[in-house]
Amino acid sequence: MAAAVTIGEASVPHLPRGVRLKFDKPRDQWVLLAPERMFVLDDIALEIVKCCDGKASVAAIADDLSARFEAPRDTVAKDVIILLQDFADKGVVAA
Amino acid sequence: MNAASPHIDPPLAMLAELTYRCPLRCPYCSNPLEMTAASGDMDTGQWLGVIEEAADMGVLQIHFSGGEPTVRQDLEDMVGRAEVLGIYTNLITSGVLIDQARLEGLADRGLQHIQLSFQGTEEAGADRIGGFRGGHRKKLETARLAGEIGLPLTINAVMHRQNMDDLESMIQMAVDFGAKRLEVAHVQYYGWGLRNRAALVPTREQLEHATEIVEAARERLKGILVFDYVVPDYYARYPKSCMGGWGRQFLNVTPSGRVMPCHAAETIPDMTFDSVGERPLLDIWEQSEAFTRFRGTGWMPEPCRSCDRREIDWGGCRCQALALTGNAAATDPVCEKSPEHERIAALAAAEAAAGTDEFEYRRFGQGG
Ligand code: SF4
Ligand code: SF4
Repeated sequence: MAAAVTIGEASVPHLPRGVRLKFDKPRDQWVLLAPERMFVLDDIALEIVKCCDGKASVAAIADDLSARFEAPRDTVAKDVIILLQDFADKGVVAA
Repeated sequence: MNAASPHIDPPLAMLAELTYRCPLRCPYCSNPLEMTAASGDMDTGQWLGVIEEAADMGVLQIHFSGGEPTVRQDLEDMVGRAEVLGIYTNLITSGVLIDQARLEGLADRGLQHIQLSFQGTEEAGADRIGGFRGGHRKKLETARLAGEIGLPLTINAVMHRQNMDDLESMIQMAVDFGAKRLEVAHVQYYGWGLRNRAALVPTREQLEHATEIVEAARERLKGILVFDYVVPDYYARYPKSCMGGWGRQFLNVTPSGRVMPCHAAETIPDMTFDSVGERPLLDIWEQSEAFTRFRGTGWMPEPCRSCDRREIDWGGCRCQALALTGNAAATDPVCEKSPEHERIAALAAAEAAAGTDEFEYRRFGQGG
């Protein structure tokens, strides 16, 4: 049986098969398309999801975002983990 | 935005009912009671045209459905076209006509996800409900194949009084097949479901027990299986927001090309529907009588008109209002504010207690 994913600094997140990031032009928003569901992404969520390439670890993503947005690293790391854990529980992020 | 405003965003999703043909005969099927024969089905070219129009409008997801969509050998072409146009594709299937080559072919053309329905978990009972011997076994094989191919899978468990005891094993089955999502959908009562309501409607105790099972499993299987739980709203306090509101998020194209706000809208007797090919899809969505009649809040009677939930549930389901009160423009009578509410709850309870277990099976015309 598959085990639930726990996201931590070492996790390497990616979008699983059946989940797609797409720009929704008519409504001018970014969305994650998933089986019979969709999630509208705000700016922060979008930046995080874009980093989920199956190569970067959560730690690397936190480093990168904290540098780019000049925000304290621990806060960024915490936010990244909360968001990705929520998406993992919903089945739209794998690690 | 109010009802007078002409602006409406394009639909998020389209349900493409490719054909009403289906080897199964589920007694709660959402297809119309009077079904057109296969000769009324649009051809490949017409459907590809619809998919193009949908993409131009900004539709994000297409659900290929039926009947049984895999009856059509051109399904692959439609999936392929949608994929090229950047639309997320989902196949809603009974799974009894698919073999490995077909499923792999669909995945190769870009199919993103498959939703497979089960009538139960125990072979004899499940085959009796679906009215098709050997169906259950075939479905198990299809679920296994989806896992092997790596195609994301949702199990759709349609629940009612006669299979409620299968719920725990249904959840286990979904986990065992590696499904990421389980839809536990209590039968909705229009079309065939309404016709067979007395044989299907659960008791209040059954419903409460089912809800407890789902809530416990949802907690236990967090991160493993996502639950989508649809209750039979006869026992609810408020109706569901049917289709996210009439003509707000969703459109449905029938096998012959009629465009409807939901798959049961055809039951509304005085409503006319436009067809693709005769009028641009966008225009039908924005302007047609069928889509605008119950869009927004302007059409609402009291108690909806002054209710603070009017933009949450949009007054509930029009087809249910019609089926239960004879008036499609009435407040959905499952709402506790509806004057009809008590009568409906009492009716459900009485039928659950005294109803027959005999089904009337769906069929085509007189012959099927
Ligand atoms: S509900 Fe049953 S009979 Fe109706 S289309 Fe689906 S599988 Fe076929
Ligand atoms: S009165 Fe109308 S809007 Fe209010 S909860 Fe009932 S159905 Fe919904």
